[in-house]
Amino acid sequence: MSEKEKSKESSRRHFLKSGLAIGAGTVLGSSLFSACTNTCAQEVGGEEVEKIKLLTTEGKIVEVEKSKVYPIKPSEPAVGDAAKKGIPGRKFVMVIDLSKCANAGKCTTACQKGHNLQPDQEWMHVYLMKDNEYRDPYWFPKNCYHCDNPPCVKVCPVGATFKRTDGCVLIDADRCIGCKFCISACPYSARIFNWKEAAEKLNAEKEEHSPETSLPNQAGVVGKCDFCPDRSRKGELPYCVSSCPMGALYFGDINEDVISNGQETLRFKQTLEDKAGYRFLEELGTKPRVYYLPPVDRMFPYERGLKDLDETQKLKYKNVLDKS
Amino acid sequence: MINHKREKMETLNKTNLIEDFIPYIEKPNKRWYIMVFVLLALIGVGLYAFVYQVIYGHIVTGMRDYVVWGVYIVNFIFFLGLSYAGALIAGIFHLAGVQWGKPFHRILKIITITTLIIGPIYILLCIGRPDRLFNLFIYARIQSPITWDIIAIVTDMFFCIAYLYFIHIEDFAKLRDYKGLNVANWRKKLYRWLAIGYTGAKEQKKLLNQALNIMAAIIIPTSIIAYSLLAWLFGMNLRPGWHNSIFAPFFVLTAIYSGIALLIVVIWVYRKNSGLEKYFTEEHFNYLGFALIIFALFYGYFSFSEYITEWYNSQKTPSILLNKLWDLSEFGYLFLFSNIVASILPVIIIGIPKFRSINSITFVSVLVLIALWIKRYLIIVPTLETPYIPIQDSRLDWVHYSPTWVEWALTMSGVAFFVLIFILMTKFVPIVCVSEMEEKSHGIRFFYKTRK
Repeated sequence: MSEKEKSKESSRRHFLKSGLAIGAGTVLGSSLFSACTNTCAQEVGGEEVEKIKLLTTEGKIVEVEKSKVYPIKPSEPAVGDAAKKGIPGRKFVMVIDLSKCANAGKCTTACQKGHNLQPDQEWMHVYLMKDNEYRDPYWFPKNCYHCDNPPCVKVCPVGATFKRTDGCVLIDADRCIGCKFCISACPYSARIFNWKEAAEKLNAEKEEHSPETSLPNQAGVVGKCDFCPDRSRKGELPYCVSSCPMGALYFGDINEDVISNGQETLRFKQTLEDKAGYRFLEELGTKPRVYYLPPVDRMFPYERGLKDLDETQKLKYKNVLDKS
Repeated sequence: MINHKREKMETLNKTNLIEDFIPYIEKPNKRWYIMVFVLLALIGVGLYAFVYQVIYGHIVTGMRDYVVWGVYIVNFIFFLGLSYAGALIAGIFHLAGVQWGKPFHRILKIITITTLIIGPIYILLCIGRPDRLFNLFIYARIQSPITWDIIAIVTDMFFCIAYLYFIHIEDFAKLRDYKGLNVANWRKKLYRWLAIGYTGAKEQKKLLNQALNIMAAIIIPTSIIAYSLLAWLFGMNLRPGWHNSIFAPFFVLTAIYSGIALLIVVIWVYRKNSGLEKYFTEEHFNYLGFALIIFALFYGYFSFSEYITEWYNSQKTPSILLNKLWDLSEFGYLFLFSNIVASILPVIIIGIPKFRSINSITFVSVLVLIALWIKRYLIIVPTLETPYIPIQDSRLDWVHYSPTWVEWALTMSGVAFFVLIFILMTKFVPIVCVSEMEEKSHGIRFFYKTRK
């Protein structure tokens, strides 16, 4: 790392630290954040110092001089070793409401656009599932579950895939040797291989690879959903969440106990409690960070998801459609 | 068919056995050159396929997002299995002092080394970015089964090369001392250099013997551990069909089984050469044939035990997997072929005296080798096609794996490389460890001293 980059890095880190300490730094965006700010004036040594009350991420209310408070600019996506640390104070989580999904496919395409993927590379893949013969099939969006006990991270021989403090499991594509062991180790088929070069070159020569954006992508390495921590830094929701027309996908932070689909903001634990949230294949012990709300009181019949598909696309769901 | 006239194992305890092999070591004939040329051509095709794959990427293979490992990894398991088997059998023969196993010693060690070199090459072919291979050493993570495997293979290779060299030293000395050996000067020099001043003095002989004993003792556990680690490369994955505690012992058993089959094929080929029948007798084929039967029965037992446990409780994903194996439109024929040939055929063909002959035993061995290769294919491909979440993909060619010419070409050149090394080694040294044959036979070696 050059001297210049190092100073840039440390200033960024300092920036983050101070920003989060005073609690104004909501990385997730204003829609998720409900801080109680309260100003008051105090006289110190004849001079009036204006103070401000802020809520920290740990839930404490602190007082800070107003002149020392400055708004946080969205930080740049981390690169190199900094990307292995995770955004401090965060624990990202996703909740997918199966009663709302109608296979619009917008999550998949938005993700592909955002990560410069080929049309057949689906980091967000919508399955058609059928639990038993008496139940209708339902649509089941599946991305990487960012497990807390990730089988993929265990088997990586070079540490190219790693778990961060904010819950994300990311890939350092500069280090990945493409052995595909993680693909075979993942019980959820979340990982795919970059068989070809990226669809379009996004001035790839200049840009340094960031595991947070998964850009620029390279051929011969493994790729997967990255939970869009770069979007979180900017206060935006992941591509899939913000693009879902049904609002079926929620993204949030367990520390703050909030999840949002961009239209409504809910309490995470209460939502799981109320709607009997569960994790897929819990018995494997991988501890996913993606929760599902079961498909009760569905907003649409499952057939609606088939309406816009042509015959070849329907072929995809043959194994379930044949049975129903 | 039946050859009642049993060739008697000749007493080979005479000197100058090396003369039998001198014609093979001296100037090669035209046929030899043609064979080498053909094999080099096959390897050339493989190199072309390799360059093709490097230029156009892995998309030229049949591997896709679901079946990420294909024929390459099948070859990797297959060749490494032969390698560990060679080491293991040679070690056991040496330690137990199996007299009839003496002529195979060198063949087994050459099998070991050759396949140990070929196997890992296939792993490199699976890797998307071979240019970053050094990352495996720079950023090595001991938690990963791949790192275990690298350590095991490197260790094993080190021991096997040492062992291979030790069993050659005496013969190098013999070749060095052989008067009127009609070979190029550089080869004479090489023999002299490789013999490292061995003269057959008592002290030297004792040291060499000790070294061989130690190597034989080391190589047995090393091979078992190394092949178990390879099995855990799959067993450690949370996948129905792989996540199985029987995997490591089953892999080791399959490896020894395939090693015996290959040994039979190799000695059959050498027997075709004049002057070598007395080293590879019908007796040998009988012994190895019976070993084949025993391993076939064990193999059948392990297979049955594996499939019956998965089938009986009919869990969701394992049942889907088993149905694919039994479905004739998917893997049914391969499944039937591999299981019938590997677990029943040797028992019938070799077990019934009427069918037993050198040629039939060899024929069965070839079939067993093919069946065991298919078994590895059935371990890899159907399992990868059956993840926990059933594949839903409109690209049918992505769902079902079928190897492309690139993969077949590289497989062929792997086999060609194996044969080539054998041909070259036979040209360089006697294929049978002459010095060991000349040694006086002794009974079973005792590890303790009896009180007199």
